[in-house]
Amino acid sequence: MLFIVKHDNTVLCGVLDAVSGGGKGERMAGTPSCLESTCQDQAHEEPDTADGSASGRTAQTARAFVRDYMAFLLPRDLNSLWTIGAMLMAVLVLMLLSGLTLALTYTPDASLAFSSVETLERRVPFGWLLRSLHMTGATFFMAALYLHVFRGLWYGSYRAPRQGLWSVGTVLLILVMVTAFAGYVLPWGQMSYWGADVAGKAVGAIPLVGNTLEGVFLGGESPGTATLHRMFVLHFTLAFTIVGLVLLHVAILHRRGSTSPSGAAGQDRARMLPFHPYFTVKDGLGVVVLAILFTLVMCFWPGLVTEAANYRPANPLHTPADIEPEWYFLPFYGMLQAVPSKFFGLLVSGGAVAILLVVPWLDRGTAATFAAGRWGGLRWLPRVALGVLVCSCVLAGLAGRHHVQGVWLLLGRLATVGYYLYFLGFLPFYSRLVGREARS
Amino acid sequence: MATRMSPIARPFTRIRSLAALMLPVLAGAGVFASVAQAAPPPGTPAHAPAQNWSFKGPLGHFDLAAVQRGYAVFAGVCASCHSLTQVQFSDLGAMGLTSDQVAALAASWQVAAGRDAEGHLRHRKATPDDMLPRPYADADAARAANRGAVPPDLSRITQVYPGGADRVYALLTGYKPAQTLPLATGPDAAVRRVPARPETGFVNPYAIGHITAMPPPLRDNAVPYADGTQPTAQQEARDVTTFLAWVSIPHADDKRRLGVGVGLYLCFLACLLVILKRRIWSHVTK
Repeated sequence: MLFIVKHDNTVLCGVLDAVSGGGKGERMAGTPSCLESTCQDQAHEEPDTADGSASGRTAQTARAFVRDYMAFLLPRDLNSLWTIGAMLMAVLVLMLLSGLTLALTYTPDASLAFSSVETLERRVPFGWLLRSLHMTGATFFMAALYLHVFRGLWYGSYRAPRQGLWSVGTVLLILVMVTAFAGYVLPWGQMSYWGADVAGKAVGAIPLVGNTLEGVFLGGESPGTATLHRMFVLHFTLAFTIVGLVLLHVAILHRRGSTSPSGAAGQDRARMLPFHPYFTVKDGLGVVVLAILFTLVMCFWPGLVTEAANYRPANPLHTPADIEPEWYFLPFYGMLQAVPSKFFGLLVSGGAVAILLVVPWLDRGTAATFAAGRWGGLRWLPRVALGVLVCSCVLAGLAGRHHVQGVWLLLGRLATVGYYLYFLGFLPFYSRLVGREARS
Repeated sequence: MATRMSPIARPFTRIRSLAALMLPVLAGAGVFASVAQAAPPPGTPAHAPAQNWSFKGPLGHFDLAAVQRGYAVFAGVCASCHSLTQVQFSDLGAMGLTSDQVAALAASWQVAAGRDAEGHLRHRKATPDDMLPRPYADADAARAANRGAVPPDLSRITQVYPGGADRVYALLTGYKPAQTLPLATGPDAAVRRVPARPETGFVNPYAIGHITAMPPPLRDNAVPYADGTQPTAQQEARDVTTFLAWVSIPHADDKRRLGVGVGLYLCFLACLLVILKRRIWSHVTK
């Protein structure tokens, strides 16, 4: 390993200077990253790879790459919300591995899909385990992703110079949602079928091109084998697209550096710590805590992540009383129903996700402008606003769950307004107010 | 710019403030939810009393003896109308049978084996690799044989049937004579008499509309029990419900067992990681 922790708590190999003792960071302060130590190590190892063969060079580059990543400097005051990224990585790997194995048995055909999933659950060795991992993983991935977005909004992780990081992340969020939807159609239970039906009709509500798009999406008049083929291909290809974008997300993070809860104060290089061993152990702990929760839900309370109605095979002749998406789509489902027009409902619920893309340009404030001033001093104001946003999401979800009937229609509309008010009202208003005050 | 609060304590205070923000809203939602919930319309199935099942709760496990007795009830009574389309005979080995016993069990069933030269249906003894045969070729045949009702498939019945195992048991044991059935409760509840004629169905407060097309299926000594348990109608209902719950989620016990092991291991690992984290971070000044 690159950094070895000895019994007396000293870490070998250089980068330690930034951390040990009473916070001595002077030697690290001027260096762009821990290149110095990397170079030293490389010089030290040169005799081993002096033959100059291509594989030797590749190995050396790989080692340098790993070393560079391990020595990546992060603010020391990152709290537990910053371990969610590692949790998401772990769940993504789990989803990929279990998904690839599940695909070995699954058959994307309207007459065979349901029984192939039943075969998986009943007869394929450990098929029940693979499917539970995949189903629980979907819920945990979405939950962790929403927390990740929440952390970004709470601490303003989208502000300059990290707009690119935030944009890639939002695109990832959208792709993950599409993938989750496509995956939910695959078992071809009642909810899968009628979920695809509702989504198809929603797409069909787009003026002019709607009917064509619906035909392309469903591959026919109603969901069927063609739809399953589309969803299977979409689910499969998007999974790897997501992996690629996650790598891009991490690469940008390494270029731009991480935010910190303390804002500008945490960005002081002298007060930063290398990724390994400080954050590997922290992230590892986070992942293990998540794994404990995961195990509890998967093994003891599986009802939390399964939809009973989806264990009925798809029946085009029988519309279920409650067509309800998975919990992670409920807020957007609520917004879709809160608007009387189908097309505008689609715009509003789709826009609720898409608006995250422009958040860095809605909130033009910087960490520096927030540090001083009367409005910047009102640190509770952004928190109350974000609290309203979270409540709006929960309310819209509850409204979606109750099919936006009766009093839920009013609540659903209120929640929709509350949601948009945060992005279109609060963010621009507050940052402008703070910016004006900082200038005067 | 050193903060006094430790980074571990800080997120908690924030989460607390967030929870304080959300509480009134959630409470308001709860009030609205209770307002929105109207009185149940007449004909709503009665609430099934909770039973003390062996498989109940996160740490329950299936009583395999009851599952096996339940299989006997299913094979002797239910299977004449209901299918288990997703189940193979080999799957039944997991209720505690050896492969020989599974083969013998399968051989007691007849499955279709194509047609002979004259076009008549041929049958053969089932093997462990066969699916359980369906009692009716299709939904139309089922409808014709059951006065317009299609007996539901039982592969996942305790999962998909609202009310689960409790309601399946209540339905099996809850048949009422026609005269005693109040259709609604409340001050203006009119006790409507429902005729218990075979054309309309049978009175059962746990069925939708309090009428079910299924005749009372169980009676005392309907099937012989090999293990000496007294086959009363109650006992048969308990056992067949246990069997149906098991066949709905046959690997639930494996999962719970795995969960205990993995959970304990992960807790141990988490303890080690907490120690390691504290040690590595011990000399980092805030």
